[in-house]
Amino acid sequence: MGLIAGALEEKGIRTVCLSTFEPIMTQVRPPRWLDLPYPLGFPLGPPNQPDIQMRILRRAFRLLEESGPGPVRREYDPDTED
Amino acid sequence: MAKLSDLSLKDRLWYHSYRFRRVEPLPWQPHGPPLGDCRVATVTTAGIHRPGDPPFEKVKGGDYSYRMIPEDTPLPSLACTHPSGAWDRSGVEADRNLALPLDRLRSLAEAGEIGEVAPRHVSFQGSITAPLRLVRQTGPEVARAMVSDGVDVVILTPV
Repeated sequence: MGLIAGALEEKGIRTVCLSTFEPIMTQVRPPRWLDLPYPLGFPLGPPNQPDIQMRILRRAFRLLEESGPGPVRREYDPDTED
Repeated sequence: MAKLSDLSLKDRLWYHSYRFRRVEPLPWQPHGPPLGDCRVATVTTAGIHRPGDPPFEKVKGGDYSYRMIPEDTPLPSLACTHPSGAWDRSGVEADRNLALPLDRLRSLAEAGEIGEVAPRHVSFQGSITAPLRLVRQTGPEVARAMVSDGVDVVILTPV
């Protein structure tokens, strides 16, 4: 996914990666990524939970406000995120 | 968050033998429109696709192809043919928004928090151990398609 993110950023498109598997993220280093406390296969958290999924997306979009250079990595805390 | 120890022995061995590639120097697009004006797309590696599209294949080096998914595709109709057993697909099977959160993006667009949902979204399969054609062909193809669609921001959902 880091390679795809790189191809998009090179064309001027900003990317944010939702990560549930830190060992791979630290290897492939996408430009911006949000560490999520969910199992592999659940990048937006539990299924059929729109409120949680939208909170995750809102937090992910906030990474766009970070000044670079990347990689910018932030952690999602489900107990404190608004 | 998943840890290496969560994987099966077979998948841990795969991980340790995998030669991860990264883009150097790291591309970084610093500027863009305010989020409320942004057109947002999603790119997943969950290996989902429309039922009429060809399934992803289990081939040596990994299937580097992709499937375009139009924004108006009914999410429950999407099939998942990802060959890897390393991730739990029960979540994506129960709610395709875990891979392509189009319903959630539509809600954010209706609320004015983002500009709009892009007309096309993209699915790869991931687990590509020989990524040369991804780097040279399909990755740039997808980037050009996203530019052509006027996309400002992409949410990436690896599994």
